[in-house]
Amino acid sequence: MKFWEDIVVGERAELGRYTFTTDNIKAFARRFDPQSFHLDEAAAARSHFGALCASGWHTASVWMRMMVEHENRENDARRSRGDPVATFGPSPGFRELKWLKPVYVGDTVTYSTEVIDKRASNSRPDWGLMSIRNSGVNQKGEPVISFVSAAFVERRKKVA
Amino acid sequence: MPQLHWEDFTPGRIFEHGPRRLPRDEMIAFAAEFDPQPMHLDEAAAQQSMLGGLAASGWYACCILMRMIVDAFVGNSASMGAPGVDEVRWLLPIRPDDELTLRATVLETRASKSRIDMGFVRFEFELFNASGERVMILITSLMLARRERAAS
Repeated sequence: MKFWEDIVVGERAELGRYTFTTDNIKAFARRFDPQSFHLDEAAAARSHFGALCASGWHTASVWMRMMVEHENRENDARRSRGDPVATFGPSPGFRELKWLKPVYVGDTVTYSTEVIDKRASNSRPDWGLMSIRNSGVNQKGEPVISFVSAAFVERRKKVA
Repeated sequence: MPQLHWEDFTPGRIFEHGPRRLPRDEMIAFAAEFDPQPMHLDEAAAQQSMLGGLAASGWYACCILMRMIVDAFVGNSASMGAPGVDEVRWLLPIRPDDELTLRATVLETRASKSRIDMGFVRFEFELFNASGERVMILITSLMLARRERAAS
């Protein structure tokens, strides 16, 4: 992660892509969202989704995975340049999550993130907060997920 | 219990579920798959983090909440999914082997304008840890089939 001071509102990054399969859709749904339209092809065909589709929490959790992998790659590049690496803190939450279209078997979702706001933390002087708009688009270019999340980012140490 | 439809969710109705234990190995397995940050994977690294010790990924908390909703009532309902989530707040770290209790409160309901066979039910979902502290809030609308429309 770059330091909070170096984050620029408006900067955007493509994080990576993930293909949803019958196996990974059903494995996730069995653990966390065992509704028939995520588990059973025939039941899903009768539902308003029309075919087996991923749990929205699966689509969202994969975004997190893509975000962490992206930051790990960026951090490796920083270290190889000899640059310092800031800590990416926890998140207080998210809002406005929209599952815009079902994610079906065989869909490949490309995830991205954009910084939409940043502010200092009142309670934690070593940290700032950034707000990011996160999204996923399927292989046809259709948005399937969008949400706005917040996260703590380490600030540069003040020189005493 | 007969299958729940949109009409059954009246404002103020409360569903409770749990406690559900979050085994350490399952919590870490989720993090390894979906949120491989040191604060969710490694006790020593987590001690150094803002969370002050190993804590669940917020996404794991969302997924466990979803599972608890399914087990509480969605699994016995005419669920049609959800269009999204209005808001999630992760209030306190959720620790390994903690036991979570769910409280789901119906805030409001409205019929769909575009689909006469379904309606929306807006919920506040809260998760409490074993000490009774509220660790997470999730506000969202679920889509449910309407009974009288399904029957006609």
